[in-house]
Formats: sequence, C-alpha cells, structure tokens
Amino acid sequence: MTRHTADDDERGESNGTGAADRTTSDVDGNGPAERPATDGGVESATGGSDSMELDPDAYDPVDVFPGGDLDLREGADSCYKCTSCDTSCPVAEVDDEFPGPKFQGPEQWRLKRKDDHDIDESIMSCSNCMRCDDACPSSVPLSQMHNEARGQFVEEQMEKLSVEYVRNRILANYRTSARLASMFPKTASFAMNFGPVRWAMEKTMGIPKERDFPEFATETFREWWKARGGAQVQNPDKRVAYFHGCYSNYNTPEVGKAMVRVYEHFGYEVMVPPQGCSGTPMFANGMLKDARRHAETNVENLVEAIGEGADVIASCTSCSMSLRQEYPELFDIHGIEDLSEHTFEALEYLRIHEDLDGELAGSSLADEQSFAYHAPCHARNQGLDRQAVETFRDVDGVNMEDVGDSCSGISGTYGWKEEKYEKSMAIGEEMFEHMEAAEGDVGMTECPTCAMQMEHGTGYEIKHPLQLLEETVVA
Amino acid sequence: MAAAQLTTRASMGGSMAIDSEVLVVGGGLAAITAAISASREGADVRLVSHKASTLRQASGLIDALGYVPATEPAKPLREGPPTAGRELDRDEWPDPDGPLSDPFEAIDRLPETHPYRIVGADALREGLDLFDELAGDAYRGGHTDRNALLPTFGGSVKPTARYPAAAEAGLASDDRPALIVGFRSLTDYDARAFAGRLEAAGVPFDVAGAEVEFAEAFRADAKITRLAKALDHDEEIDGTPAREALAKAVAPHLHDVVDEEGGVDRVERVGFPAFLGDQEGEAVRAELADRLGADVFEIPMGPPSLPGLRLEDRLYDALDAEGVRFETGNPVVGIDSAADGTIEAVSVDRKGREVPYSADAFVLATGGLVGKGLDSDREGVREPAFGLHVEQPADRYEWFVDDAFGDQPYARFGVRPDERGRPLDADGAVQYENVFAAGGVVGGADVAREKSASGVSLATGLVAGRQAATEANQ
Repeated sequence: MTRHTADDDERGESNGTGAADRTTSDVDGNGPAERPATDGGVESATGGSDSMELDPDAYDPVDVFPGGDLDLREGADSCYKCTSCDTSCPVAEVDDEFPGPKFQGPEQWRLKRKDDHDIDESIMSCSNCMRCDDACPSSVPLSQMHNEARGQFVEEQMEKLSVEYVRNRILANYRTSARLASMFPKTASFAMNFGPVRWAMEKTMGIPKERDFPEFATETFREWWKARGGAQVQNPDKRVAYFHGCYSNYNTPEVGKAMVRVYEHFGYEVMVPPQGCSGTPMFANGMLKDARRHAETNVENLVEAIGEGADVIASCTSCSMSLRQEYPELFDIHGIEDLSEHTFEALEYLRIHEDLDGELAGSSLADEQSFAYHAPCHARNQGLDRQAVETFRDVDGVNMEDVGDSCSGISGTYGWKEEKYEKSMAIGEEMFEHMEAAEGDVGMTECPTCAMQMEHGTGYEIKHPLQLLEETVVA
Repeated sequence: MAAAQLTTRASMGGSMAIDSEVLVVGGGLAAITAAISASREGADVRLVSHKASTLRQASGLIDALGYVPATEPAKPLREGPPTAGRELDRDEWPDPDGPLSDPFEAIDRLPETHPYRIVGADALREGLDLFDELAGDAYRGGHTDRNALLPTFGGSVKPTARYPAAAEAGLASDDRPALIVGFRSLTDYDARAFAGRLEAAGVPFDVAGAEVEFAEAFRADAKITRLAKALDHDEEIDGTPAREALAKAVAPHLHDVVDEEGGVDRVERVGFPAFLGDQEGEAVRAELADRLGADVFEIPMGPPSLPGLRLEDRLYDALDAEGVRFETGNPVVGIDSAADGTIEAVSVDRKGREVPYSADAFVLATGGLVGKGLDSDREGVREPAFGLHVEQPADRYEWFVDDAFGDQPYARFGVRPDERGRPLDADGAVQYENVFAAGGVVGGADVAREKSASGVSLATGLVAGRQAATEANQ
C-alpha cells in the first residue's frame, strides 16, 4: 500500500504544483503518512485483505497499466466528456463530416490501442489549430494525440504514391520549395502565380487556384544578415538566438529585420544560428519523420546558442509553439527540454524582460494608423492573444482593434488544399467580416499564414507587431 | 516554514516581474466580476487564467438562491464509515426549503459559514446590479428581487435570478400554450419527455413536444456549433435557407397542443434547444418567430452551451472595455511570499519557463473541484495555486454521506474567507494580508443544491475585487 502513496506524491510534483503541495501538508500536518501494510506485509492485488472490509486503508487500487513518457492513458482518462473541445473546434463548426477533437483525441486514442483498428481518415481534416488544447479544462493533451494519430495514419495507411500524399509532402516541406524558389525569386513569384500554371497545379496536385502564392524576397533574411556583417551589438549578458523560420527568411525578411533592429535597440546581441523548419506544417500533415530530421538540426544548433547564454526568440507564433510544446511532446532528442524552456515569442520576451510600457509611453506613430488585429490560434495557446492589443493600446497614433476570437481558417497548409479551400474560407468568414467592420485597413498578426489568409480575404496589407514596434521605438 | 520554502524558488530569478496593482487568477464569472470591481475602484488590473473560461459549460442562467437545503438528516446518521454504493441503511434527508420566491429573505436561514452570510446580502444585490449593467439587454430579470421559474432541458423548472432574453418567452409562470421542439439527432434532449415532465410538474400552461426533421440534414452527431453556424449564416439546407427550413419543419406541429377539454390550441410560443445562432441569435429568433407567428425561446442546455459561450463573449468584451488586461493559456503554479505575511508575486508557467507576476493584491478565483481550483486525491483536498488552507475532515470517509442528494460535506469544501474575502488558515487567522478569494474556490455553499453558483460568484467577486483594490491603494 505504501507504494501507491509514493506514486501519488510523484504525480503531485509533476503536476507543477509542488510548492503548493508542500505548503498544504505543512500547514495541515497531515501530509502523506506511512501506513503499516494491512495484510502482514504481503501485498495483495487489491491492496487489502478480507478481514479489513471497512478499513479505508484497505481500498487503495493498484496501477494496472504501465506508465512511461509516451503513455497518454492519463490524458485520455482525464477527459470527462464536457465537449468544450468540440465547441471550440473551428473545423467542426463548418464541416459536419468532421467528428471533432473529442473523437480524434481520447476516443480514437483508445480505439487505436487495438491492433486491428485503423485510424479514421477524418484525422486528416483536423487543421492542427490546437484550440482544443486551450479549451480543455482537464488538460487532456489533445493536439499531442492528434499529432500521433495523424503520424500513424500517414505512415501506415496513406498510399505513398497518391496525389494527396505527394501534395501534402510538398506543402509540409515548404522550406525546400522556398529555398529553391528564392534562388530565382522573381521568376518563381511570377511562375507560381501564372494562370495556366495554377490551373495545372489545381488539376494535378489539388492546390486551389484561388490562392496567391506568397512573393519570394529578392534578398532573404539570412542574405541580408550576412551582408550587414551579422550582429551590430555585442553583449555577453543579453543574448538572443533568433529562430526566423522559413517565412521570415524567404518571404517577409522585413519581419526578421525588424526583430534584429528592435532587439539591438534594447541592447541585445542577436545570434542567427543555422536552422531548419520548425516542423509545424509537417505535424499538420502527419510527416513526423521529416519533422524529426529538422528538429535534430534545430535542437543541436539552438542548444549550442543557449549554452552561450542565449534565449531563443521566434517571430512566428507557430514556430515558438512547436519548439516549446510539440517538440518535447513528440520527440526524444537530447536537449529538447532545454530548448523548450528557453524559447519565447519575440514580443512576449520583450514584455517580460524590458520595460516596454515605459519605452512606449512617450512614443508615437508618425502617420496615424488603425490596425485590425487577429490573434493566431497558436498565439492563444501560449497566452499571447492579447499582447499586441495591450502593448500598443496607449501609443499615440496607433489604434489597435481586436477582430475577435475566431480562427482565420488557413491553419498553415490546411487552406492550401483544394478539398479544404471552401471550408477554410467559411471558417475565416467571421474574421473577414470583423476586419471589414474594423476601422483600420491594415491588418496585424504574428502568424505568416494567418497573414496570408487575412490578405486573401480582405485585400489589406498585413503587418507583424515587430514592424510596428520598429516604427514606434527604433525610429 | 512553508513561506520560507516558497521564497527560495529558484526559477523566479532571471526575469523582471510582470507587474500590476491587482492580479486576478481565474477566468470565470467570479474572476471577471472581481477584475471589473477592482478596476472601478481605480486599480490597474490584470487577469490570468489557465484555460478558456468554463463559462462555456454554464447554462447561462444567473442563479442567486433557489433552495435552502437541510443540513441535518431526518434521522441520525448510521454509526461507522459511510457505505458508498451499498444499499445498507441509507441516510435520509428532508426536502429542501423552496423553490424560493425571494432569495434575499432566505439568506439568514443559510449556515453561518455560507459565503452569503459572510459577505452579506448587499454584496449579492450589488453583484447582481453589476451583472445587469454588464449584460445589458441580453439578460432579463433585473426588474425584481424575486426569482423567475425557468424550464431547463431536463424538464425540471428552476428558480433563477437572471436569464437570457432568448429564454424569456419560456418562463414557467407564463400561461400561454407552448410547443417544445426536439430533434432525433440531438440525443441528450427528448422534446416529448420534456413536455411530459413539465406537465407532471404542474406548469400553468398546456404543452406538447414534437420531434421534427431538420438536424437530420446534418451528420448524425454534428456539433451544435455547426447547427448554430448554419442558422447564423442562413446556409442553404437542401436548397432552402436554414431558418426557413427550420420553420417549415416546425409549422405542422403548431396545433399539437390539446387542452383539458380536448380542444386544440394554436401555440403562442415555441421552445427550441439553445442552438438558435451564435453571433446572430437575435435575428435567428426574430425570423423564426415571424415565420411561425409565435414567440420563440431557447431552453438552456448542459454543455456544450451556446448561452454560456455568448455570455463569455459579452463579459470578456466588458473586461476589455474596462481596460483590464487579460491573458489565457498559462497556469499559476506557485507563489513568492514576503516575510511580512503578504504575497509579492505568483509564478506563471509559460510553456516550461516560470515567469513572476507581481502585484500589490491578488484575487484567487480559480473555481471549485470541477473548475480545478481545488484539487484532491486520497490523502486530502488542496488549493493548488496558492496553497491556501482548505477545511476538511481528516478521515476521507467523512467527506461524503450515503444519500447522493444529502448534505454532502465535500460540496462545501473550499477556502474560508473573512468578511473582506481574505482566506483564513487552520487557526482562523488571515493567511496572507493581500490575498482575496472569490467564486467556486470559496467553501461553505452547496451551490448545486442551493442553485446559488452565479450569485456566490457575483457577491464574493465584488467584495474580493473591491477589497483587493483597497489593499493595493494603501
């Protein structure tokens, strides 16, 4: 029986409430107590013996199932079927064929434990927005369950020569395409959006012709970084390693440049270690092997930077989400927990470590501008959905309007699939309406694919909060 | 001892604290009430909550006090430990006092340790006033102290203080004949059984239930958010706009109600499960009413609850308008206390890194056992965020009684506050001078039996918020 008492203690600690636990047991004086075995020192399966029928100590159960890092049983058992996750799911709201996160998570997890049970193909309709994680009052690891089920489905059940698989693999490995395209950026930007090419892409690959491919920068962020001679500020006490991700590098280097200028303004030494894709588009397409390959590169290089005193900063909220949460959930790589602990989103980090309010107090934006701000779902899960609104609320010349808590609907690669395009736009409908109703005609968000969808649905120019911070603080 | 341990938490170092005058921990009705109350006293307020608000699981009804349940059994409890699940000599409890028509006059009959007795009837009244202001025209019932009687989806009639405008035409005190509409695919709700139960309860109107074809156009287990969205956008269902399609499905049943003399009445009001739109609820109800020639009302449901979601949206908008900063997604996992018996900061786990949030005063409004503001295992019941004292019998077999509907001691577990809302330690002394508690984490009320959850949140939230602001101003 005492064995289970020990187990209970461990669980209390790992719940992250260790300090409070100690307080309570100290105050009450009734912390876990050693109790004598009830049956002469021989443990029975039920933890008790017949003669102790009404003794509470005799009723303690035993753990029948083995634990372990990747055992999600505890998570599945924590679900009490309140369906908060289903209510928060933007896909279930427009697609009644989609059975919702409660099925995809704990219910499918139980089903797939049986060897002869296939993963339901509807797992591919989950957009990996992860809103269910935020909605669950019981902390069921829903997105982790979805990622694992999706990975297993793609690995074991998806036809590797199918158009869908090939298309998904290309979308998931956006970095590869982007790297090639940015060698001939102007040609690529033209060819990728050239009518006949797009018609052919829809017919052969299922990439909707309605969408405009993002333009490729003529100078990538890394090219710019090299050309400027790297860091302009040296400071062993304040170092950050910038995880720019694929999009800031190949498509919107102005976001990366804003990050560098803002951080250097605050006296940070910026490092730009070698890096791959954060893995977000790969998780969403069940390409876990690809994601792991990139993760190994990222963990190695970023952990090295951490060793030199840096914290890791991402400007994309999906990249920071991936490094913080999905990495340690899905991969067992040496140093991956350190990376998770040291990773922050760019604005978040400044709000924690600098007196940003004080810095912004006297500042103003030269040309008055209203922004329609959309909080990305992945920002929401990190507690960042209000940071842009609150940071700029009192800045002269800036009017920041939150366009509500709906999902943009693109969820990375989800909206880039022909069969999902209409649903993606239906999910985004509410955000488009709120953007149109908002005063400003410039959009703002931290997530590059949300930005794509915002621009696609409204025609607005979309900016990153770092760009506004650059304009107000650095300029 | 405990305080000394906590101040040495190493993870607090390294970053500047995120500072505010009043920090509210929690995201439900009590937390929002506290945050707005503190803000109106002039404090700079921040609210942090771990998960999306559990308001989305709430019915959307605002109860104050519907019943005063007995706290003594009808006959003495059997000797020895309770016998869960065994039919041995069960204890028996008298019926509760109620349904109450006036919640305020009954407060004196509650146990002395009840939060209403501690913070006073005026706190409840002011809390309801604040709610009326925040909810605006979306809610009804503020014109009187008296409870309204509202049918809920189990078929019972519940005394409640405030109710959504969408539910207004469903009042049980209304004597107009009513039709209750159900859908085969919504399995947790049977319209005919519902109507039967209302009749059995002796409601003063004729009522019939009908199951109609509409939700059948969707997948069998389509989420109610899907139905609401289809009605919001008036999507076409097999070529007919959703609102028209729903009205057409209901129309043949408008003469289903038969009165005592066998005469057939055309119904004057039609009740639906609460899925009539999310953003556009008012327009959806108006169009249905127009097409049906009858008032339309929603019957509050269990989770997932659209009335709860709508209330959540409205209250968070109010929070924003009040200038309160808020963030959701990361839990409070520990405290940093000073030698003078106050808390200086709490630490928030931001995906692996603990970040200190400092404040002059704190409001704890993290909910009860369901909301995870209280945690329990076989060894005890704890308040996990601040480590506050939770009064409880040492032997866990005294946490409950045999009768499921009896006076369950666990239902009243929680922190015990003083009249300013400050939690007390085991000796009855204030545990931290600058910590105030509100809502489900406060013990002493059996909110499920009393129908008092929202009222307790409003009353204690108001007091905790004001007192925290006062503390911060000193």
